[in-house]
Amino acid sequence: MIDFELPPGAKLARKMVHGLSEGTFRKLSRYYDSYEHEHEEVKELKAMAPMIRGGGGLGGGAKKEKPKDGAPKAERKGTGGASLVAVVAAEELAWGDAGLMLAVPGGGLGNAAINAVATPEQKERFGTRFAAMAITEPGFGSDSSAVATTAALDQKTNEWILNGEKIFVTSGKQCDVVVVWATLDKSKGRPAIKSFVVEKERPGIKVTKLEHKLGIRASDTASIVLEDCRIPYDNILGSAEIKPEEGFKGVMKTFDNTRPLVASMALGVSRAALDFTIETLEKDGIRVRYDAAPHQMTAVEKEIAECEANLEVARLLTWRAATMMDEGLRNSLEASMAKAKAGRAATLVTQKCVELLGPLGYSTRWLVEKWMRDCKINDIFEGTNQIQMLIIARNILGFGREQLK
Amino acid sequence: MISFTLDEDQRQIQDMTRKFAAEELRKIARDCDEKGAVPEELLAKSWELGLVTNAVPEKYGGYAFARSIVTGTIMAEELAYGDLSLALAITSPALFVMPLMEMGTEEQKDKYLPTFCKGSFQAATLALMEPRVQFHVGDLRTTAVDDGDKFLLNGEKCCVPLADQAEWVLVLAASNKGAGPAGVDAFIVPKGTRGMKVGEREWYMGIRPLPVFPLSFADCEVPKENRLGGTRGINYMRLINLSRIILSAMAVGVSRASLDYCLTYAKERYAFGEPIASRQAIAFMLAEMAMETDGMRILNWKAAWKADRGEDCTKEAYLSRSYAAAQTMKITDYGVQVLGGHGYIREHPVEMWLRNGRGFATLEGLAMA
Ligand SMILES: Cc1cc2nc3c(=O)[nH]c(=O)nc-3n(C[C@H](O)[C@H](O)[C@H](O)COP(=O)(O)OP(=O)(O)OC[C@H]3O[C@@H](n4cnc5c(N)ncnc54)[C@H](O)[C@@H]3O)c2cc1C
Repeated sequence: MIDFELPPGAKLARKMVHGLSEGTFRKLSRYYDSYEHEHEEVKELKAMAPMIRGGGGLGGGAKKEKPKDGAPKAERKGTGGASLVAVVAAEELAWGDAGLMLAVPGGGLGNAAINAVATPEQKERFGTRFAAMAITEPGFGSDSSAVATTAALDQKTNEWILNGEKIFVTSGKQCDVVVVWATLDKSKGRPAIKSFVVEKERPGIKVTKLEHKLGIRASDTASIVLEDCRIPYDNILGSAEIKPEEGFKGVMKTFDNTRPLVASMALGVSRAALDFTIETLEKDGIRVRYDAAPHQMTAVEKEIAECEANLEVARLLTWRAATMMDEGLRNSLEASMAKAKAGRAATLVTQKCVELLGPLGYSTRWLVEKWMRDCKINDIFEGTNQIQMLIIARNILGFGREQLK
Repeated sequence: MISFTLDEDQRQIQDMTRKFAAEELRKIARDCDEKGAVPEELLAKSWELGLVTNAVPEKYGGYAFARSIVTGTIMAEELAYGDLSLALAITSPALFVMPLMEMGTEEQKDKYLPTFCKGSFQAATLALMEPRVQFHVGDLRTTAVDDGDKFLLNGEKCCVPLADQAEWVLVLAASNKGAGPAGVDAFIVPKGTRGMKVGEREWYMGIRPLPVFPLSFADCEVPKENRLGGTRGINYMRLINLSRIILSAMAVGVSRASLDYCLTYAKERYAFGEPIASRQAIAFMLAEMAMETDGMRILNWKAAWKADRGEDCTKEAYLSRSYAAAQTMKITDYGVQVLGGHGYIREHPVEMWLRNGRGFATLEGLAMA
């Protein structure tokens, strides 16, 4: 039955995480934005990490439940409510501060990837370590089939030898381990791309550059070079076999889980901006009259209402994608819809908020201008808006990659 | 608990209305649009479906299948997917029955409801809109003045569905001018009442099959007992909200119709050696149409869900309506664009959906849950 009542667990997570976010993140927001690279390690976050991971930071969500014997198929594969809790919590964290949220140890996308596919033994070794995700390279971003970083097996030592350069790795500096996408054989295309966990203490892995960004400055974005970097055989995630029929499915599956989370991030930041804008305008006596005559509503009222509708649509699409994940249903289409809608809507909402607050909106005396800068990333990473539209279109048309490039 | 899937009852109702819409509405939609008429047989046939009267309690002769507003939106979407005008026509008696059921006094229900449970289509309608550029539901200019044992109605209405055949018209009028929505009452005005004049049929850009009429009231006398809800009056904003929710659900149906038609077309139509759907300029329009259709629907469900809980949903209904109106305009416009010149030709339905889609920002009080 169609219902919009959040389960108690999600409500509780929302309340707790919101408190944490308000009490801690908001106070640090401006500082870490202003001192992008000059600041020390974000100490406050170390202490918060376990709490936030519990509430479902980026990597915290969607842990698979133990399969119950005799449970129906859907139940066996689903995440049993964890995905919904994760997106609800992620919105609250990002409402506090998106950059800091990404910098929370263990809350990264690498951890989400590990959680999704690791063996028990790997979970044991890597579960508590802060993992970054390295897909992007200088030569490509959207086209992740173009991975040029190589992984070769040294038969004698049973080690993988990795070579290549990764860029734009979120938390690449701060993390303990990096999940690296590398190809076993470039000539074999997508099925040969695998992910490997590389510990930062291995010889041959080096952080070579830190980016200076438009927003989310509390979160470091690093280049990482791998030069004959050796890792144990068992650091590969999933199977080492090249199965042409499986194509890209294995590695792509993590996106079904992480895209709704990025959508939630977008929602959190833009809700922060919109709530602030509404409150501030109310102090000036400007209030949206939902029952006013259309010809009498001001442009500002209409714009606020439009922002509200757009964010609510994005939120419901996101909750739908997460709920499907929890129910063990395939949700690639819905995850992309959530990400596309939220990324775009949130970007536009934050930009509108800066405008609506006049000179003060543009000023750094408030955080609205920062939220606008922070929010834009959600329209880019984890697949740009255009890539999401591509996925949606292929899905509804029943087209493969060759039919729609 | 949170869920985005229909329950078994809802799925059955969806299946039934979807089938009916495909077989009875879609097939004749273009022909009806050209002729500007709804076939009598369709009204009769749809009545058998019990779309309106199933919800009437048994003591008045109905089946008491109380259904939620969410379920109402599911039906409305499916019917409008078949055809908007025909959907509005076959559900038009609900414009009278639903407010009566929710807000009428016992005597009023006793008096009017049984007529609707007798097996043949019974026309009845609602008069809300007024012919003014600045028309707004919160500012009705049709007035009702207390005149001792009766009310005197004065003013102009427009776009009243089936007003020519309606046995009763539920007329919304300001009984306390200046009090906004709180000062609005609904009056049951029987056909042929002196002082009520049904004008010549009106024509709009879209919804052409639906017969709509202007009404004028000149010192039209309405007995006191015909005030809906008696001295209690009505919850006018709730009526408006319910109407907005159902109309928005119909907007989802129209949008989905356009989307589905385009998906098929874009795969079959070749340009430059490949299906036009293989070009991003087309594919991304389709993706946006699909995403926004889903988005509108969920937003609408949320408003309906709130209305089902009896809570004030003025804001949700407003947002759902304005979002649905804007998106439907865009989607039905894309619908024509995807077909190019062919979309402009009346052989294809997309131009009709564009004309129908344009109405959602304007129309009020044409559907009810
Ligand atoms: C702050 C930040 C953090 C990041 N974190 C990570 C991380 O942790 N790990 C990681 O691996 N990567 C990360 N990235 C990289 C990010 O995922 C990529 O930047 C993104 O996927 C886009 O790739 P690109 O920048 O190379 O753009 P390109 O792929 O060069 O795209 C440029 C433009 O072309 C469009 N385009 C590309 N292909 C198509 C197509 N087929 N159809 C239509 N349009 C197309 C794109 O939408 C975009 O508008 C991060 C990036 C940033 C800025």
